[in-house]
Amino acid sequence: MSDPRELYQQVILEHNKKPRNFGKLEACTHHAEGHNPLCGDQLDLTLVIENGLVQDIKFTGSGCAIDVASASLMTGAVKGKPVAEAEAMAEQFRGMVRGELEPGTQTPLLGKLTLFSGVKDLPSRVKCAVLPWATLHAALKGEEEASTE
Amino acid sequence: MSTLIQPLDVVAIRKDFPLLSRVLHGKPVIYLDSAVSGQMPVQVIERMAHYEREEHTNVHRGVSTLSQEATDHYEAAREKVRKFIGAGSVKEIVWTRGTTEAINLVAQTFGRMVVKEGDEILLSAMEHHANIVPWQMLAQEKGATIKVIPMTDAGELILESLDELITERTKLVGVVHVSNVLGTVNPVKEIIARAHAKGVPVLVDGAQAVPHLQVDVKDLDADFYAFSGHKLSGPTGIGVLYGKLAHLEAMPPWHGGGNMIRSVSWEKTTYMAAPGKFEAGTPPIAAAIGLGVAIDYLTGLGLDRIAAYEHELLVYATERLSAIPGLRILGQAKEKASVISFVVEGIHPHDMGSLLDGEGVVVRAGHHCAQPVMTRFNVPATTRASFAYFNTREDVDVLVSAVQKAIELFS
Repeated sequence: MSDPRELYQQVILEHNKKPRNFGKLEACTHHAEGHNPLCGDQLDLTLVIENGLVQDIKFTGSGCAIDVASASLMTGAVKGKPVAEAEAMAEQFRGMVRGELEPGTQTPLLGKLTLFSGVKDLPSRVKCAVLPWATLHAALKGEEEASTE
Repeated sequence: MSTLIQPLDVVAIRKDFPLLSRVLHGKPVIYLDSAVSGQMPVQVIERMAHYEREEHTNVHRGVSTLSQEATDHYEAAREKVRKFIGAGSVKEIVWTRGTTEAINLVAQTFGRMVVKEGDEILLSAMEHHANIVPWQMLAQEKGATIKVIPMTDAGELILESLDELITERTKLVGVVHVSNVLGTVNPVKEIIARAHAKGVPVLVDGAQAVPHLQVDVKDLDADFYAFSGHKLSGPTGIGVLYGKLAHLEAMPPWHGGGNMIRSVSWEKTTYMAAPGKFEAGTPPIAAAIGLGVAIDYLTGLGLDRIAAYEHELLVYATERLSAIPGLRILGQAKEKASVISFVVEGIHPHDMGSLLDGEGVVVRAGHHCAQPVMTRFNVPATTRASFAYFNTREDVDVLVSAVQKAIELFS
C-alpha cells in the first residue's frame, strides 16, 4: 500500500462512527480487558458463551478508528459461532495483518474482515487492528487481561 | 495574516538537509517532527563520517598521534558546549548518552546522596517521563515522595503555590524548561531563584529548550541542566549534563570502569575529578564531535534569528490550525516554543498521524512520553507538529490542507 488512506475504507470509517455491539453484557460468562500501552487504546470485552457457542458479545473502550472498527466487525463476525471457530478466526486475522497469511485463500473464515489486510503495510498500526482479537483470545482462555505490548 | 520576516536564508539552509528532498508516498517530505529528533545538516554528517574514515581511534588512550588528535577534537566539542550554554568551566560539562541518562545520573548519584526517607522531590505537571521515572525509582528506593507543581488549562505552571510546595523536606526541584507537548517555556529562572531562597537545588530538563532558546546556565543559576544532541541538529547517542562544579565534586561516581579512574588496585581505586569520574568506558566520539559541529552550525545561523523565525512560523501555524473547525490546540501559554499539539474531534491522533504520513507530512502522534500531561488534558494522545528553522510557511500550508483532508475523510 503506497497510501495509508487506502486502509481508511468506508466500511472502517462507518464502523468507527457507529460501532456495532457497543456496550457491556452485565450477565457475561467471559470477560477480558485489552490494552495497547503504546497508544493508550483500551477495550473491555464481555461475552456470553453457552453450549460452546458465542451467544452474545459486546465491547466498550476507546481507541483509534482501526481499533474500534476492528472490534465492531469482530463482534459481528464471531457472534453465534462456535468458540473453536472464533479462535481459528483470531488466528487467521493475526496471521493476515502480520502478512503471514494471504488474505482470502489462506483466511477462509474471515470473509469481509480481509479489508483489514492493508494494515500489514502500516506496521505501527498492526497492534490497533489486533487488539480486539487478542482480547477475545484472552477472554476465551479465561484470562482477565490482554496486551499488545 | 502576519507577514513572515525571513532574516534566515531558509532556501539556502534547506540545501544542507538532504532528507528534506525525500519523497514519501509520492509526496515531498514535510518534516514537522524536530521535537522528536532534529535533522542534521550535512556539515555534521560529513564531519562525523570524516572522523570515522580518517581519524577513528579512542580518546584518552596512550601516546599515539591518532589518539591525541581524537582527544583534542572530542575535548574541543566539550568546550563548544560549555560556551554554548554559558557554563564557567569544561569541568562542569559531562557527556552522557542523552537527557534521560543525564537525569538518571543525577538521580543515582546526587539524589541518592541527599534524599532520605520522608523527603520530597518536587516536579512539574508537564514533565517528560525522563524527568519523572528516575525520581520515582529513587523515591521508591528511599521512601521519599514526589510532589507536583500544577498547571493551568492553558498549560502554564501555577507558581502561586510554589513556596508552599517547597517544604523543609524538599531535596530537589526538577522542571522542564520547554514542554515537549505544550511548547510552554517555563520561567525557570524564577523557579530556581525561589527554590534557592529555600536552599533547594534545581535540575532543568532542557532537551526541548536548547534548540529554540539561547540558554545561559549561569544566568539561570541552574544546579543541573540536561539536554540531548539529537534535538540540537546533532546525532543521537550523545547528550550533556551540566552540573555546578561544587555539586559534581561532591557527587560519587556512577558507572565504574575504564576512563573514570585515576588508579586501580585490588586494595583501593581512586577516581578522576569531574567530569571524568562520570564518563566510564569508551564514549561516542564521533557523536560528540558531531554535536560540536551542530553547535557551530546553529551559532553561525544565530540563535536569536532562529528563535525569531520559528516564532513567526508558530504564530502563522497557530492562526491557520485554529481556524479549522473541531480542532483544539493544547497549550496556549504566552511564552511558547514552536511546538503545536492538537486534537480533532472524532479523529483519533493515531489515525490523523497515519493520514498525515500519507501526505508526506511527518508529525508525532501519541502520548509524547508525557502520559500525565495527557491525563491532565483528558486526551489519550495528541498529534504534534514541531517547527524548525528549515521549515517554511508552505510547510504549514501543506500540514493544514492534509489535516483538512483527513477531516473530510472522517466526516
